[in-house]
Amino acid sequence: MTKPRTMLEIAGLEKSFGEVQVLKSIDLKVQEGELVFVIGPSGSGKSTMLRCCNRLEEPTSGSIFIDGQRITDIPHRDLDRMRLKVGMVFQGFNLYPQMSVLKNVMLAQVKALKRSKAEAEARALEMLDQVGLKHKAGAMPAELSGGQQQRVAIARALALDPQVMLFDEPTSALDPELVGSVLKVMKGLREKGMTMLVVSHEMQFAREAADRVVFMDQGYVAEQGTPEEIFGAPKSERLKTFLSRVSHGDVEAEAD
Amino acid sequence: MRFLETFFNGQVILNYLPDLVHAMGVTLGLAAATIVTGILCGAALACLRVAGLKVVNFFIIVFADIMRALPPLVLIMILFFGMSSLGLNLSGWTVIYIVLSLVLAAFSEEIFWGGLTSIPAGQWEAGRATGLSRAQTLFHITFPQAARRGIPPLVNRVLATTKLTALGSVIGVKEILSVSSSAQSFSGSATPLTMAAIAYLIIFIPAVILSHWIERRYHFAT
Ligand SMILES: Nc1ncnc2c1ncn2[C@@H]1O[C@H](COP(=O)(O)OP(=O)(O)O)[C@@H](O)[C@H]1O
Ligand SMILES: [Mg+2]
Repeated sequence: MTKPRTMLEIAGLEKSFGEVQVLKSIDLKVQEGELVFVIGPSGSGKSTMLRCCNRLEEPTSGSIFIDGQRITDIPHRDLDRMRLKVGMVFQGFNLYPQMSVLKNVMLAQVKALKRSKAEAEARALEMLDQVGLKHKAGAMPAELSGGQQQRVAIARALALDPQVMLFDEPTSALDPELVGSVLKVMKGLREKGMTMLVVSHEMQFAREAADRVVFMDQGYVAEQGTPEEIFGAPKSERLKTFLSRVSHGDVEAEAD
Repeated sequence: MRFLETFFNGQVILNYLPDLVHAMGVTLGLAAATIVTGILCGAALACLRVAGLKVVNFFIIVFADIMRALPPLVLIMILFFGMSSLGLNLSGWTVIYIVLSLVLAAFSEEIFWGGLTSIPAGQWEAGRATGLSRAQTLFHITFPQAARRGIPPLVNRVLATTKLTALGSVIGVKEILSVSSSAQSFSGSATPLTMAAIAYLIIFIPAVILSHWIERRYHFAT
């Protein structure tokens, strides 16, 4: 058996905004093909941690490695190339409203990866097919439902052949009946062996699909384990309280 | 009858029609050159402002504020009479072209910049996260959206600025108003002025219709 490859490693990550320390020493490893779930109260630093992984935020200190390469000290001119390896999906989809779905998925392939138009289009259609939206290639984003927009956003990230996918609450902005279609795409990705770090409060999905669950609280990784351990036998009081609040459906009330 | 004789004198129309048609060409040419230069410079300045260089941005803001605050006629006089005292003789056409382009550049810079600041941060982040550089994200993603948001005010400003080509009459540019007002003093008839009004309508009514079409064409739900 080959030793599993660490695709994403976060070591001693700290991040402050001015005086406010938001991340206080985060350590986390994601192996190749693993789906790691991040849960935690609003304001605990989940988004900030994710955004440090492609340096949309600059870490204050600590290291992050993508497939063994330390990305926290590469110069700014190499950031764009690094970001091609890290796909990111946002809570608000962020599709480009003035472009068709197909153009959305092609743009970075052509401009950043320097693929030919024909190659980029073929790849875009393949990815749209994978998320079940090939027939919407010619539509404009505003003509799609939220769930469809989020699947296009996933296709847009996947088309660049990333090594790791980061999801920041991909279903939080969706009507409940649309959540399933996005989760289904994510499950399909996991079966294909994609490495994923997912911030989400879809606990049922975490139980079914996550290899590990990480609980973040006040800028720390407070607890981590298998879904059975985290949901079945939470150790800390904070996690117990958090889980009971989530199961009553008021995550946001946790903000304090 | 007095009315028709005053404003629609057939003989006067025939006499001055060729000159007026030529003047329409001058007005149109001046307007087109001004629109292209002004909008391109305004767009370039707004994009430059995105780079966030403090000194550069200071000068852009000062430029935009001054150009929007001063009456264009003052700039025209300064450039036309002031420059020739310095020994630099600019033609009337050149002076109008430069001044109106600068004014339009200032207004369109502010319009594009206002559009850029209204683009959600998520659009920048989506571009950067997919490996596009800041310039690529600006060029392909955020600026096109800002430009579309700016179309209604921009169209108004373009119409307002091109009408100012009539200021050319003050410094001898052979555009519609100056040709028709000198025709009026030669002929002693108000008819050339009527012709000027009609000439402006012939130019600007299609422009207004075109502007409605542009606004519809580039309107999209966000
Ligand atoms: N750009 C920023 N500037 C200042 N404070 C920020 C910024 N981004 C996030 N924060 C703060 O960092 C904390 C963690 O935010 P975030 O990572 O978004 O948490 P989560 O995603 O877990 O809800 C919050 O208190 C938030 O207000
Ligand atoms: Mg968040």
